Amino acid sequence: MFASILDGIFNGLSIGSILLLAALGLAIVFGLMGVINMAHGELMMLGAYTTVVVQNAFKGIGGPLFELYIFFALIAAFLVAALVGLALERGVIRYLYGRPLETLLATWGVSLILQQFVRSVSWVMVFGLILFSLLFFGGQWLLKRRADFESVQKWIVAALLPLSIGISLAASAFLGQTYKLAVTKPWFGAQNQDVTAPSWLRGGIPIGNFQLPSTRLFIMILTICCVAGVYWFLNRTKWGLRIRAVTQNRNMSACLGIPTRKVDAITFAIGSGLAGVAGCGLSLLGSVGPNTGQNYIVNTFMVVVVGGVGKLVGTVVGAMAIGIADYVIGTGILGNLTNNPALKEVFAFFATTSMAKVLVFALIILFLQFRPAGLFPQKGRTVDA
Amino acid sequence: MTRLFGRRKFMVYGSAALGASMLLKACASPSAPTDPAASPADGSPAASPAASGDTIKVGILHSLSGTMAISEKSVVDSTQLAIDEINTAGGIMGKQIEAIVEDGASDWPTFAEKAKKLIEQDEVVVVFGCWTSSSRKAVLPVFEEKNHMLYYPVQYEGQECSKNIFYTGAAPNQQIEPSVDWLLENKGKDFFLVGSDYVFPRTANTIIKAQLAEKGGKTLGEDYLPLGNTEVAPIIAKIKAALPNGGVIYNTLNGDSNVAFFKQMQGAGLTAEKYPTMSVSIAEEEVQAIGKDYLLKQYAAWNYFMTVESPENKKFVDAFKAKFGDTRVTNDPMEAGYISVNIWKQAVEKAGGAGTPADLEKVREAAYGQEFAAPEGPVKMFPNHHISKTVRIGEVRDDGLFEIVYATPAPVDPIPWNQYVTETKGFSCDWTKTGVDNPGKFKI
Repeated sequence: MFASILDGIFNGLSIGSILLLAALGLAIVFGLMGVINMAHGELMMLGAYTTVVVQNAFKGIGGPLFELYIFFALIAAFLVAALVGLALERGVIRYLYGRPLETLLATWGVSLILQQFVRSVSWVMVFGLILFSLLFFGGQWLLKRRADFESVQKWIVAALLPLSIGISLAASAFLGQTYKLAVTKPWFGAQNQDVTAPSWLRGGIPIGNFQLPSTRLFIMILTICCVAGVYWFLNRTKWGLRIRAVTQNRNMSACLGIPTRKVDAITFAIGSGLAGVAGCGLSLLGSVGPNTGQNYIVNTFMVVVVGGVGKLVGTVVGAMAIGIADYVIGTGILGNLTNNPALKEVFAFFATTSMAKVLVFALIILFLQFRPAGLFPQKGRTVDA
Repeated sequence: MTRLFGRRKFMVYGSAALGASMLLKACASPSAPTDPAASPADGSPAASPAASGDTIKVGILHSLSGTMAISEKSVVDSTQLAIDEINTAGGIMGKQIEAIVEDGASDWPTFAEKAKKLIEQDEVVVVFGCWTSSSRKAVLPVFEEKNHMLYYPVQYEGQECSKNIFYTGAAPNQQIEPSVDWLLENKGKDFFLVGSDYVFPRTANTIIKAQLAEKGGKTLGEDYLPLGNTEVAPIIAKIKAALPNGGVIYNTLNGDSNVAFFKQMQGAGLTAEKYPTMSVSIAEEEVQAIGKDYLLKQYAAWNYFMTVESPENKKFVDAFKAKFGDTRVTNDPMEAGYISVNIWKQAVEKAGGAGTPADLEKVREAAYGQEFAAPEGPVKMFPNHHISKTVRIGEVRDDGLFEIVYATPAPVDPIPWNQYVTETKGFSCDWTKTGVDNPGKFKI
């Protein structure tokens, strides 16, 4: 009995910590910055793919180092996702601040692009993209020295764009035909990739009849580290202070000399990096494929909304509440606690994974009717800003 | 903060884009290497400019993007391999086959749309395609309305027998039922059923439950996971509660959930020895994607494994690897796709043509009774539009392929209407039968 309660608590907390890990990046991007980033799941997916690449690289090295690859993968996943997030912010989102609908559509588009990108990325494609960027952006950079750059910029763009597209396409076509499969073969393809946990993370720690899975323990610890790290960063560092200032009042912060653009970029990059870490951690439990991110995106938004937009503690409590509710309802433990046969029926009806989801969603909707701003709403004048 | 996108700017960018796209067309016409969807067609005679009078046009309709691309892409590859082989050997009655590949994008209405396009616009004489039951159900009305022909290459839940579809994958009696019998005999009588929440697992589990009730097995629990859901902790807790001392798990999960399920089963200490798991959606490619360490010693039921030992299979695997790379593996639906093209080719040759709408009817009738020496062994098309197939059970071994632990001594005849399910008990399907209201479903 004791063991089964322990097992229940552990599983509930573990589902909650998975939700929390996935939602942490979004809590920053959506919660603090108010950007509805539909590509958040794809940033997680990139983190997971980075894990695959690191794992395969370490497989080549082999030996005892392979057992530790996951730590390198975590760092690499953070960096890759943060860089992509930075590019996304610089390239798309900064033009769309304060326009949530456009942001939603644009980031959704980005998410589709990223999904298809990992399916079809090959050496030829990478080569073409790099060549294009070199020609197009490099050409503009070179021509910037001209005194009358401003006045002819349009024409330069109009001439450079087709030229660089044409040259890079022709070059990749040539490469593709010369070296055939060696360069045109996709790196990953549409197939799922396999991530095998190092052997010390496989199996579990037996307690009585039950076994605590090591990967879940690992993810719980990872989540705690991430939350602590984010808390420390936001509340104890200079940049954290600036981020909080900008989210509270952008104009006033700008007046006081805080570089708001830079703050935006850093905030977004950190949120994206956390998504990458989440992707890396979750690849130990779930699948790694082009659609990996899609499996988590709805849940992450749900967690942030329930927790209350803009509050880290809300995200933590929201994730745990949803995780435990999911587990308790889905396994039908509630039915054992009551002797009322009608109530037992009801709990048994909802004790399948699909129906548990339905009930959890219904409870969330009901909850939001009474507390529209979530568990821990932002107070004060900043709310509508 | 943001500048308006002016008319002037629009003109400049618009003309730039137009110029770019024209250049792109000019450069990329020999081949489009950056486009993955187009690349399989490269080099195949399909892409060579042949007068349409000398070719027979066929359609391939699979998801090349979206969730299902993971699985369907390889079926496109094997279908194309079969077409290439026929073309290299001189085509059908001197005509080359021209394949038109359409992307169903894992979206069921798109499948119906593209099916219509293939039939009306491209005037193909046959379509090879679809994977999920949902996509098949979506295109079914199109094929029935046009009285056209689809070859469907995936094992499915049965309970369907359309005049316009040939099913080259297994019916339930050619995959699920024999595997349950084998489990009852060798692994135990206590079952837990796990599946994804859609039509195939639900129907399959109805069949399994009826079969277990009849043969003395026990269903101690069942649960369904929404497609794409990877949180399997509640299910694993339920399995432990229902089968504390071990038992058989019958797994009809599909897609990503499988990965999570096997990874977390191992973490929770459900070993293959205590909880032998039979899967019907895990083939060679999925083993690679999940990671073979998680699947070692688990079972799968199919008609074809890459490890089948026969000269036909050796030829198939070698040809496939030569065309698509050494690391690729072959699996059951791919083999069914390969069979589809060959059976259709034989039917066309028997009918003596495939060009006109009138030929369609002739080709359909000519298909009945066609036999083909497939990689899995001999198969034969029945008048109920399904083919006879050998049933095999494989155990995952160290190299990620399957050790075949059981095979039926002879091909099993297909039964589309399930005899364990009360609603369809006693029904049969025979499209050569006359004198019944509906040859697709009649009481014997």
